[in-house]
Amino acid sequence: MKTYTLSVNNKTIKVEAEPETPMLWVLRDYVGLKGTKFGCGMGLCGACTIHVDGQAIRSCQTPISTVKASSKIITIEGVSEGLHAAKIDHVVQKAWIEEQVPQCGYCQSGQIMSAVALLKANPNPSDEDIDTYMAGNICRCGTYERIRKAIHSAAKELKTEKGTTKRPSNTR
Amino acid sequence: MSSKQIQRRDFLRYAGLSGAAIILGVSNSSAKAQELEVMTSLDVASTPYNFTPYIIIEDTGKITIFNSKPEIGQGTYQSITALIAEELEVSPEQYIVQQTGGESKFGPAQFSGGSFSVRSSYFDMRKAGAAAREMLITAASQQWNVPITECYAEKAQVFHKPTGKSLKYGALVETASKLEVPKNPTLKDAKDFKILGKSIKRQDVPLKVTGKAVFGIDVEVPNMVYASVERCPVFGGSLKSFDKTATLNIAGVEQVIEVERIFGVYKSTGVAVVAKNYWAALQGRKALKISWDYKGKETFSSKDYTDSLHQLAQKEGVEDANVGKFDETYQNTSQKLEAFYETPFVSHSPMEAMNCTAHWKENNTLEIWVSTQVPSDIIRDLTGRYGLKEEQITLHSQLSGGGFGRRLAIDFIIEAVNLSKSIQKPVKLIWTREDDTQFGPYRPPTFSAMKGAISEDGKLVAFQHKVISPTIMSFLDPNHDKTKLDQNMTEGISHQQYEIPNMKNTFVYSDIHVPIFWWRSVTSSTLAFSHECFIDELAHAAGKDPLEFRLAMLTKESDTKRLLLKLKEVSKWEKPLPKGKGRGIAQWEFFAGLGGHVVEVTKLSNKAVKIDKVYVVIDLGTVVNPDTVKAQMEGAVIMGITAAIKNGISFAEGKTEQSNFHDNPVLRINEVPQIEVHILAEGGKTIKGVGEPGLPPVAPALANAIFAATGIRVRKMPFDIDNLS
Repeated sequence: MKTYTLSVNNKTIKVEAEPETPMLWVLRDYVGLKGTKFGCGMGLCGACTIHVDGQAIRSCQTPISTVKASSKIITIEGVSEGLHAAKIDHVVQKAWIEEQVPQCGYCQSGQIMSAVALLKANPNPSDEDIDTYMAGNICRCGTYERIRKAIHSAAKELKTEKGTTKRPSNTR
Repeated sequence: MSSKQIQRRDFLRYAGLSGAAIILGVSNSSAKAQELEVMTSLDVASTPYNFTPYIIIEDTGKITIFNSKPEIGQGTYQSITALIAEELEVSPEQYIVQQTGGESKFGPAQFSGGSFSVRSSYFDMRKAGAAAREMLITAASQQWNVPITECYAEKAQVFHKPTGKSLKYGALVETASKLEVPKNPTLKDAKDFKILGKSIKRQDVPLKVTGKAVFGIDVEVPNMVYASVERCPVFGGSLKSFDKTATLNIAGVEQVIEVERIFGVYKSTGVAVVAKNYWAALQGRKALKISWDYKGKETFSSKDYTDSLHQLAQKEGVEDANVGKFDETYQNTSQKLEAFYETPFVSHSPMEAMNCTAHWKENNTLEIWVSTQVPSDIIRDLTGRYGLKEEQITLHSQLSGGGFGRRLAIDFIIEAVNLSKSIQKPVKLIWTREDDTQFGPYRPPTFSAMKGAISEDGKLVAFQHKVISPTIMSFLDPNHDKTKLDQNMTEGISHQQYEIPNMKNTFVYSDIHVPIFWWRSVTSSTLAFSHECFIDELAHAAGKDPLEFRLAMLTKESDTKRLLLKLKEVSKWEKPLPKGKGRGIAQWEFFAGLGGHVVEVTKLSNKAVKIDKVYVVIDLGTVVNPDTVKAQMEGAVIMGITAAIKNGISFAEGKTEQSNFHDNPVLRINEVPQIEVHILAEGGKTIKGVGEPGLPPVAPALANAIFAATGIRVRKMPFDIDNLS
């Protein structure tokens, strides 16, 4: 057992764990953040997607020993707190509600984590961009078309928000 | 005061709440409708009044509606509670939802399966809501001393029409709860519906986009340990011995013990590693040294099994239907067609693998937290199995990360309970994805030997569908008579509306030791493939358009005819497709309902196609939430395509050859065609199911489209659309 210092959703926490313990189980069973889901344990389904320093990664394939104390980890709970800039988090979640994306909902934390990372990297993704980026996230219920729609509408909303918030920040 | 407290305790007990359990709800007090809160049972500080078992209104105004049809993604959290809310006159944001836990007061049908939820609840749940509404209105009229006819209910309030004064439900519950429950309350007229028939947003969705939804796997109870079980890799094998030394040396591992899994008549003993955390349990499992007795089952393979089904096809079989004179007509007609169709075992693969948290307590009470489709069955089974009374079992039915029939089984629940009983601790048992893929139960394969004869004027005059398959009932019923017909395995083949004068359908039983089970639309998803593809073959043999060939066999008015005509219209069937494209059609009617599809494909090469678009028509009669139905149809198409072109479980040396999503793939976002859904809901007496009927015609419509585009006739699932043969 070793003690690790982590920054999870802007909070510094200490965790005692075996070095090879995947972040998935660290977050779920040690930190108590259950929004990150176990789907396959092989990095094949994306249900466990989290952000480490802005990059979407599969937490089931990320041993705690490989995560630096200085790295910023964001989970679906952090997205719910709106930790990303430009309200991207809530815009994506709202789009998900608007399009009524989830069925069983189990994969959706991972889908949203991937979608937020996609929109940060590419604010105006095409269908093809979405397919390429989101192909790592499986949804057995088959909500894919709604995911596409929700990403497009979130992108549109973010563009509008940017347009309206630009002026005040310029005048300041 | 004391009587109220007892009532509350009763409520807590019957509703299956304890200090550790939580109810998830959408806050109705918050100004922001989408803000969420997690309420523990301790928040129930006010006085609850139990109108019917399904509705609890507290004097604070808080309203809880119970959902007796487990939410597995199909939307019952909204649709079933909406039936109550509509009649109760409360808005979707004014109530919270709680799932029932198999308590007998909620009746024996607390399950989600057979596409039964909405159609079996449609009148009963509305009656429950209407009864409570009438009681609240009566209470208000008594308080105001005005005639009942001058009062009406809306948005959780009762209004007095002449004066406009109003009372909130919370202020009326004490009086209302003393009234007799009306036995035949008046149901609302459909034209006055505010919720039913409308695409209302689901109350579980905000929970599911914020990570706050609690699935079975997310449950945590004090002093809980985790477990993972190593099971015999060969079906039918048994445990000889094991060495746990290395496992016990792994940090966090507490115990290694035997545990039995029971699926109907199928029993197997595995080795459970119990640990302080799940990762340690997994590491401990890897370190186990186990000796298994394969009992000769290590010779079993898919290839041999397939060969055996081909041989069995020579048998006559037991009759499913015999109309007219099939043998004679077939013999005497010159244009004959024969074809043999094959389908594989497939896995359910819900995203949340099987798991269950069980706590067998010292006082012989049992508490269970699980994602399940069958709360009633769990109570029924466990009371019998362990000699417990219903009151000794508390079941917390969690949101399910998919079901598709897998969670109709309770093998993993029995496993967890057995484990907790042995170690006397609360334990969370989690199956890995590999466990989920490799140990079944699977959708059974069905093979079909088809025969058809076409008259000189191009009419189908003789038809035979012979099914060769193992039976699910041989696993569920130890006394199952294998010489008799099992209609589960011939589902739908004799009940299509086609007017065929001479038809003889039969069933040939095949033995299997690999556990098989229900799977979203079960054998309808395999038999529709052979049946509707063969109809397509016959149409082409008769030189007819496949849709017109079907319509010609539907001279009488029927739902199937209406459905096909709708498909013809929405798919613009009569408009020729550009060169290099093809379309196929299929429909299927069975006990769960009626659906039909047109699939359009583009030919990429002589051996490859791309799926462009799928048109779906579902016939419901009455629809409760059109958007949820649409979502179910989209999901059914994707699951149907997956089963047609991706999935397939096979066996070698007695073991499952696939293990995870790399070798048992499912459709991903980049492979999904356009899906256009049309709902037929023109009223009528019959309400049809949703979850399953959108699936069976998908594979045959796709295979028929492939034939239209490439001339390749696909008769075996799964088929590779990138390399057809």
